[in-house]
Amino acid sequence: MRVLLVDDEEELVTTLAERLSLRGIEADWASSAEQALSKVAAVSYDVAVLDVKLPKISGFALKKRLEEKAPGMKFIFVTGHGSEEDFRTGSAEAGEGYYLMKPVNIEALVRKMDQAIRGTEEQP
Amino acid sequence: MNAQQGRTHNLLYRFGLGRRMPEFWHYADGSAGLYKPLFNFRRMWIQAVLLTAGVALIPLIVMAAIDYKVTQNSVESENLLQTARLVSNTRRSVSFFLSERRSALNFIVRDNDFEALNSKARLMQLLEDLKTSFGGFVDLGVIDPFGYQRIYVGPYELAGVDYSDQAWYRQVLQKGLYISDAFLGFRNVPHLVIAVKRQLGSGLSYVLRATLDTGRFNDLLSAVEMRVRKGDAFLINREGKLQTPTTFRGKVLEKISIPVPEYSSKTEVFETANQGTVPLIIGYAYIHETPFILMIVKEKPELMGPWYETRMKLLGFLAVSVTLILFVIIGVATVLVNRVFLADQRRVMILRQVEHSNKMATIGRLAAGVAHEINNPLAVIYEKAGLIKDLFTLKGMYAKDEKLMGLVNAILSSVERCANITKRLLSFMRHSEMKSGDLDLKEVITEVLSFVGKEAEYRSIAISVNKDEDVPDIESDRGRLEEIFLNVISNAFAAMEKGGHLDVDIKRAGGDSVSVTVTDDGCGIPREDLDKIFEPFFSTRTGRGGTGLGLSITSGLVQGLGGKIHVQSEVNQGTDFTIVLPLKTEQREG
Repeated sequence: MRVLLVDDEEELVTTLAERLSLRGIEADWASSAEQALSKVAAVSYDVAVLDVKLPKISGFALKKRLEEKAPGMKFIFVTGHGSEEDFRTGSAEAGEGYYLMKPVNIEALVRKMDQAIRGTEEQP
Repeated sequence: MNAQQGRTHNLLYRFGLGRRMPEFWHYADGSAGLYKPLFNFRRMWIQAVLLTAGVALIPLIVMAAIDYKVTQNSVESENLLQTARLVSNTRRSVSFFLSERRSALNFIVRDNDFEALNSKARLMQLLEDLKTSFGGFVDLGVIDPFGYQRIYVGPYELAGVDYSDQAWYRQVLQKGLYISDAFLGFRNVPHLVIAVKRQLGSGLSYVLRATLDTGRFNDLLSAVEMRVRKGDAFLINREGKLQTPTTFRGKVLEKISIPVPEYSSKTEVFETANQGTVPLIIGYAYIHETPFILMIVKEKPELMGPWYETRMKLLGFLAVSVTLILFVIIGVATVLVNRVFLADQRRVMILRQVEHSNKMATIGRLAAGVAHEINNPLAVIYEKAGLIKDLFTLKGMYAKDEKLMGLVNAILSSVERCANITKRLLSFMRHSEMKSGDLDLKEVITEVLSFVGKEAEYRSIAISVNKDEDVPDIESDRGRLEEIFLNVISNAFAAMEKGGHLDVDIKRAGGDSVSVTVTDDGCGIPREDLDKIFEPFFSTRTGRGGTGLGLSITSGLVQGLGGKIHVQSEVNQGTDFTIVLPLKTEQREG
């Protein structure tokens, strides 16, 4: 499983990437939308974990642009705006269950990524 | 309160008005600040009263004063005029009386020559004729050119008396007529003398002298006196000696107490105004060719009697009108200023609510911003700690070191707690911005209680929330409800000691409403404060961080949602706050 983590907080993405690597997941990271787009162009990822609030662009907008380059890639969103309303509107946008609040529990994240990929496999 | 207000205050209390003063009287708007003079209701009231009273009363009083003066003057001049007329008429009568007798004597000396008058019998006949046809004659005498009374008929023994060197005799010779002052005759009856001269052919003159009883004058003058209440009509001579009897001014031949008025050919009237004596109106006239001055003296207060009655009516009317006008002005001013005051109270209340909700909104945005910003570093801490834990567990480096593992777990759980707090805070703020929606009151209250959960734990306060089964969801404003319950619950917490109990009961109230009762077993509220707790700036915790706004805002919010709030309390037993809310809130502002 190859994962791309996108968040402007480098400390966060690097640590998260390292933790995922420790769990045997190939994790790559990007700290801006541009970086993410170029990485996706070069490598194919199974799942992208996007921060909802990125500099210049929202996570949802970035998702659309990434989908153009890599159809079939799955997305999970994380947010620091931890209110329930944000959660509801975010979930509606991201799809039920693929919207997580910071700080993210690593086990929960891994489970979500598994679910996302399995969801793809289940689809014909 | 300043010194002047203090004085007014004391004065009001002295008149027993202090307690009855309207609400605005003692009100000072602490928050008005720069605009304080605009909101000084007492001054507004005083100005309104003074201005309207001035406009209404000054013309009234001026008119009354003018009317008073005019009426007084007209009554006075009427009196003077009347006196003058009376004096004139009386003078005419007196003059006529004397000139009639003088003419009779003149007729006698022309009709009878000196020889004829030299007969005592003839003179007696003439005296008898004068007595019957004119009256008042007492005696008659003929004085020859040498001053000897040749013939005398009358009650005295005056024949042969020498008058040649007497002043009156010389005066008759000079002027042809003499009228004497009154004098007391033989029988102690006042008399006067009239003498006329008759020229003889030889250039010598003889004189006919008659004595008159002044009783006829007295009759004449007492007839005048009848017309003057408490007045006197009398004659004096030029020295001021009374010639006729008076009622109040002394006996005949006594000197009168009033100074002799100065000579005037006309009738004169004047007033005396000596201090300590009754003011008099005096009319007088010098009677031509006689030593007499006719005087009519009246006491002014007696004359002014009808005026005093009119004056009493005028002043009474004025007093009644002034009282009535003041009564109406004060009443109207009080009602109006009180209305302004009440409107202003509402304005201040609304202003404070707006101010408070603005403040809350600002605090909310600030808190949301802080919570927001903190989430990212929290996530970093969380991941770093998570990585450490991963390294320990997955690589097995310090997996057996329980202390290190404990530390890492403590960091992780603390960060989770922080995350929960920011999550709740953000959620709470988001709700405040929401408008109406269907709400489960128990859920709302549980969320509010989550803010004080930790404090309850520390202070061992037992919290219970009960909701009856038949309570439906209500349509209301979540943000406002949360603020209302947060205020009431914070107050309950402030009132309770360690180990207290807080119960929240949600019940269906009568009609389309729901009641929420928050009961604590804290210190309670003294009876005298119960009425005031919903007033702005009433606080018993002013020195300890209370603004005195909480419950006034709460009550405003409850009213804004169409509900009601009541309180019941016993000192040292606890307090119940009951909030009754309608099932549906009509949207209102404020």
